[in-house]
Amino acid sequence: MSEPSRDADRSGVEAIRVEGLHKSFGAVEVLRGVDLAVGSDEVICLIGASGSGKSTLLRCINLLEPLDAGRVVLFGEDISSDPGLDQNLVRRQIGIVFQSFNLFPHMDVLENVTLAPTKALRVPRPQALEEARALLTRFGLSDKEHDYPDRLSGGQQQRVAIVRALAMRPRIMLLDEVTSALDPELVAEVLDVIRELAASGMTMVIATHEMGFARDIASRVCFLEDGLIVEDAPPAQLFSQPKDERTQRFLRRIIDAGRL
Amino acid sequence: MLGSGDRRATVISTVSTLVFVGALAAVFFLAPGSSSVRHDFFSGTNMWRSLVGDNRKGLPSIGTAIVLNIKMFLAAEVLILILALVIALVRQSSGPVMFPLRVVATIYVDVFRGVPLLLVIYMIGFGIPALSLHFLSSQSPAVYGTAALVLSYSAYVSEVYRAGLNSVHRSQTMAARSLGLSGWTAMRYVILPQAVRNIIPPLLNDFISLQKDTALVGVIGAIEASQAAVINADSTFNYSSYVVAAILFLILTIPLARFTDHVIRRDRQRRLAGALV
Repeated sequence: MSEPSRDADRSGVEAIRVEGLHKSFGAVEVLRGVDLAVGSDEVICLIGASGSGKSTLLRCINLLEPLDAGRVVLFGEDISSDPGLDQNLVRRQIGIVFQSFNLFPHMDVLENVTLAPTKALRVPRPQALEEARALLTRFGLSDKEHDYPDRLSGGQQQRVAIVRALAMRPRIMLLDEVTSALDPELVAEVLDVIRELAASGMTMVIATHEMGFARDIASRVCFLEDGLIVEDAPPAQLFSQPKDERTQRFLRRIIDAGRL
Repeated sequence: MLGSGDRRATVISTVSTLVFVGALAAVFFLAPGSSSVRHDFFSGTNMWRSLVGDNRKGLPSIGTAIVLNIKMFLAAEVLILILALVIALVRQSSGPVMFPLRVVATIYVDVFRGVPLLLVIYMIGFGIPALSLHFLSSQSPAVYGTAALVLSYSAYVSEVYRAGLNSVHRSQTMAARSLGLSGWTAMRYVILPQAVRNIIPPLLNDFISLQKDTALVGVIGAIEASQAAVINADSTFNYSSYVVAAILFLILTIPLARFTDHVIRRDRQRRLAGALV
């Protein structure tokens, strides 16, 4: 796959199309035929109980997990059927941020952010530094550039992880429960970063347990249960008038727990 | 400033050390064979003569010979670090293409960890020259000995590397790959630096042992410190040269041992500091 030009007209282009995706780990079938279409500039929130397949779906989209069956199409190109495809080229266009941050502990913040641009994209070091500093400033981390990850709070680490992914200038961001490992008082700063990204027009797929946040930010919300997307609707509709009985049951539990 | 408790502890440890050393000295000096042992092992003139050597009588100087141990150690150390890393990376590799190399690396480690170093030195030192290969068969015993050390120690050290690579959490590889780094780049910049940091203490430990094991190369005729000591002892019927060689080895290994302790302590402090944040 050749790298598509980054400034091509994106409006109306479909960013991601997932068709009939199946994925098993051993005897456990985690995804059982998932279909999902994500338009450019859309923000999709995936909700559902733990183990419903949200994380696995995200990892299949950027090929961190091999698919058992089905297709993933990225900006019109099938990335799942060509065995000779350079997966690194695909991953460079899709940023992913994990629940557990996964910063590189032996590198300071600036090294964490500039490693991939300089080694994978071969951006000259001065330019990579300049871009990294601009991103760190944008997300309020400019005074942390020489700190090591173990000196940062969880919220700061997760913001650095987001900046590290953005430094690759991705066309799509996948966020995998990025606030689930944070102390409650640190959640807001990370959610603010994601809001800012959404406002800037970044295409995102977000697995989250933060229902209020999903309702605010999502253009569509998908409810997953047992490896299937049960319901896919705009947030106003899904949270107020869920059609499927399983969605209704899930939301009732969330409301009973005081989380919506 | 020392508090009274600290001063008390210092006094007690000093007294107990003196008592301990005194008891050892008493056993040594009061033993029935004490005077002959003192003469056979600690004779000042013999110690000095074996240290500097005696050209007229053809007796080698242990002080000069230890330089060969140092050279063999330094050369072997560098080669071991490289060869062991290659073996570890091959064994950790995935994919069917690498399968034959993985098998070779596994057999290599099994063989050289299983055969005593002394036998490897004999086999390389006498076997390679016997092959009568033009360049390979015309090296000095020290070269064959160093090669044997490298072959044997690389098997051990590759396992140390492997333990280090496995100690880095899988999520680090995933994070690196998700940024679009190739498998090799992720290994080179993300996994390996963390792995090496984790294995420095056991690695230094193996190198202390390597420093001593250079003495075994004497058996194929290299005049290193312990072999020089043997030659001196054989010609004078006095074993003081052994003590000289032992002291020289201690002078080499003790600094590395203290350095290893220092690295381990610093590493623990760093981890504790990290955990407190």
